[in-house]
Amino acid sequence: MRYAVLFWEYIKNYAKTRLTYRADFWIEVASDLLFQFVNLIFILVVFQHTPSLGGWSELEVVFVYGFFMIPYGLFSTFFGIWNFSERYIVKGEMDRVLTRPAHSLFQVLFENIDPPSMVGSIVGAGIMAYCWTQMGLPFHLTDLLLMLVLVVGATLIYGGLYTALNAVSFYSDAPTGIVPLMYNIQNYGRYPVNIYNKLIRFVLTWLLPFAFVGVIPASYFLEKKSDDLSQLALLTPVMGLIVFGLGLAFWNHGVKKYRGAGS
Amino acid sequence: MMSAYLDFIRIRFLMMLAYRVNYYSGIIIYAINIGAYYFLWQAIYGEQESLAGFTVPQMTTYIAVSWMARAFYFNNLDREIANEIRDGSVAVQLIRPYNYLFVKMMQGFGEGLFRLLLFMVPGLLIVCLIFPVQLPADPVVWLLYLVMLLFSFLINSQINILTGLFAFFVENNEGMMRMKRVMVDLFSGVVVPIAFFPGWLKSTMEWLPFQAITYLPSSVFTGRTPLGEAGGVLGLQVFWFLLLLLPIWLTWRAARKRLFVQGG
Repeated sequence: MRYAVLFWEYIKNYAKTRLTYRADFWIEVASDLLFQFVNLIFILVVFQHTPSLGGWSELEVVFVYGFFMIPYGLFSTFFGIWNFSERYIVKGEMDRVLTRPAHSLFQVLFENIDPPSMVGSIVGAGIMAYCWTQMGLPFHLTDLLLMLVLVVGATLIYGGLYTALNAVSFYSDAPTGIVPLMYNIQNYGRYPVNIYNKLIRFVLTWLLPFAFVGVIPASYFLEKKSDDLSQLALLTPVMGLIVFGLGLAFWNHGVKKYRGAGS
Repeated sequence: MMSAYLDFIRIRFLMMLAYRVNYYSGIIIYAINIGAYYFLWQAIYGEQESLAGFTVPQMTTYIAVSWMARAFYFNNLDREIANEIRDGSVAVQLIRPYNYLFVKMMQGFGEGLFRLLLFMVPGLLIVCLIFPVQLPADPVVWLLYLVMLLFSFLINSQINILTGLFAFFVENNEGMMRMKRVMVDLFSGVVVPIAFFPGWLKSTMEWLPFQAITYLPSSVFTGRTPLGEAGGVLGLQVFWFLLLLLPIWLTWRAARKRLFVQGG
């Protein structure tokens, strides 16, 4: 309950700071969407030169991308701490956070909450709905419920991974270059993982489970493929809880080890 | 005076050297990145031997060299400049007896030098061991590519500086910087070679500086662009480098007039 009140306060605070930089809000929405469109352009450009990608049609790949945009938008809204290492560790703001009674991760996340990213989720849902009707897939109301569960699971996977990545800054005093580079790797979970070799597929499925953010849950709604990824789809929420749990544990352990920047 | 600027290169290089551990992970992750695109393109080619003028081995080489070139020319000058404007420290920079933008460029070059020696070169070696990359046999190509790489760096840094300077006008240009990064990656040809774009987009790209960052030099490196045309490519890079000086100069002039430091 106390966290709900705090959450509301953070939102109000966010709105106040944002109203100061009004133009910037729209630029951010536009840049988020542009980023997504660039990836869509990649898919569209590629399919001008080939009819299928590892047995997946253009509409299916776009569908997967649309699905991916939903958890990605939610993730960016609630876990968008891209400059954690610089702002909280190097500049020492973590000290301020730790003097307060609320959980440190909660504070850090909500100080950086970013609602404009949610627009991406809405666009993604739109893209998915479009592909859904174009492919003439059957639609049941239970699909919506399942979708919700899968989306939450996928968001937790993302959140857990990035929480763990940011927590690395507690252990190594140098600002790590891992986060921006990880940002590149995540792109591969959006494509059918069967095009990669066994090692990469294994990494994307079980070690850095980005496949669970896009292609695996999305495949549940598509026609069955020979390698049948959709069997794994229902594991998404389980993976979400595991990954987020590990991320949180890693963070908590890191906070204990944290000794301040000394400035 | 020049030696002062050279010192900025040296200091940034040493600073990067202190944080070199970060870049070991970078090499691995770039290699993974290249690998993922390698498989993606293998799947795209399927049975086809050549697409948009690229054969399969040429495409593999293109991906490897383009990503490793990005490892070299990439920098955060835009962010550095924007941060200094936002936290007000740019005011101190302005009263110092040097050209702020030139200093930034030098610092970027120091970082680039570090990235070239400790990131791009070892990275390319590792990638060549893992993937069937075909390096050019002709030393002229190598030499030419090295010069082109310098211009890739210059043009990319110019675009970064220009983006960073916008912080003078909008106070918070985070969105713009992100937009720029995405656009540079797509339009410079790291993700998809420009030749794959549909006709209208391809012809638009020919009028923009981005292709001079990755696509043109990498095409020469892979041998898709014959050596005879390489001179024209280099000329185009020089042209863009000179042309981009103009908007930077204009923005810089306008920016200094309207600088207002919030706190600081």
